[in-house]
Amino acid sequence: MFSRLKNKVGEVLLPGDEFCFDTDDTISLTESVKAEKVVCGPGLRRSGDRLVVCKSGVLRHKQPNVFWMDAQQKRYVPAKGETVIGIVTTKSGDVFKVDFGGSEQASLSYLAFEGATKRNRPNVQVGDLVFAQFLIANKDMEPELVCIDGSGRANGMGVFGAGGLLFMVSLGLVRRLLAPGSEIMSDLSQLFPCELVVGMNGRLWVKASSIQRTLIVSNLLQSCENMTATQRRELFKRVAQGAL
Amino acid sequence: MADDSMRLSKNLLRMKFMQRGLDAETKKQLEEDEKRIISDEHWYLDLPELKAKENLIIEEKSFVPCEDLKYGRISFKGFNPDVEKLMILMNPKDDDDKEEEDISRMQTDVTDEEMALRYESLVGSMKKKFAKKRERAAIEEEDINQNTETNTKRVFLKPQD
Repeated sequence: MFSRLKNKVGEVLLPGDEFCFDTDDTISLTESVKAEKVVCGPGLRRSGDRLVVCKSGVLRHKQPNVFWMDAQQKRYVPAKGETVIGIVTTKSGDVFKVDFGGSEQASLSYLAFEGATKRNRPNVQVGDLVFAQFLIANKDMEPELVCIDGSGRANGMGVFGAGGLLFMVSLGLVRRLLAPGSEIMSDLSQLFPCELVVGMNGRLWVKASSIQRTLIVSNLLQSCENMTATQRRELFKRVAQGAL
Repeated sequence: MADDSMRLSKNLLRMKFMQRGLDAETKKQLEEDEKRIISDEHWYLDLPELKAKENLIIEEKSFVPCEDLKYGRISFKGFNPDVEKLMILMNPKDDDDKEEEDISRMQTDVTDEEMALRYESLVGSMKKKFAKKRERAAIEEEDINQNTETNTKRVFLKPQD
């Protein structure tokens, strides 16, 4: 099955395509029969014995044994461990309700901040932007966010942003921005000093030294969605010259 | 008193004072019977085969480990130095070679040989500093020829009446 998956890497697959462990796989007598573990990422699902595609897209592979479907979407589905930007909507007792763009609001306990105790409450108001990660995120339960990691440190999570601009992009662009060696990022770093917070739910927050620059960066990022690499580089060059 | 007409119950026989007279074999038999009863009562799933197969496919719901995505907070050209420090901390380190070179040889550092030489002399001088007066005298005498006599130990002198 592993070999068949590898053959299909880079091809377009549709939901319903299956990969199963067949007895046709030849077992070589020289090598030890070791069942290989396959890690199926988003877009692939395990049903019983088989691997089923559940999202249409291109099959990608990463060494040694990770496969996933690369597809475009705008609606975010929460996954455990992902960092998102949320907006605090209500404050009820010990828990904040945070809207992250999913089907329901996530809960964020006031104790889930660094250095927070029952006496020492964090300074979070309704309407604040929070950068948090998912602790619980499955289809059966209400999603829960936290602003600390396993050992109690904040690692940059928490309330942020005085000023700046929050806008939405598609999830594919977010993944392109955060990929290692992203060209958009390297082009942006040449332009002018600015600060970005990227949430996996398709929300971006930008802050630069002046409002005009902030708007320029946000427009650039939103337009990067539908441009080829050459168009983008040209646009960046024009902006760099214009800014100077 | 255990005739055929009156049999002692199993629970009674299981009690400690009744078992002191038994042999080791019968004791073992009784223990095994008990264990069998207990394990019968425990509920267990009769499906050992499923477990072996479950290990093969692992589900991962997030894109972050698949595509090795970087950390979400980013700052350019020193706009926010705290975030820049965080970026270095949180992002997976790629340039390991550069870091190793820097650590091994920095210009202001003392080399290993100099360190060893310094320690040799240091140990001796520290020892001398904390030695008691008599030991210090003994150390100084070692350098000179052994012509001097050893100090006589002072003993209590009884006063003469």
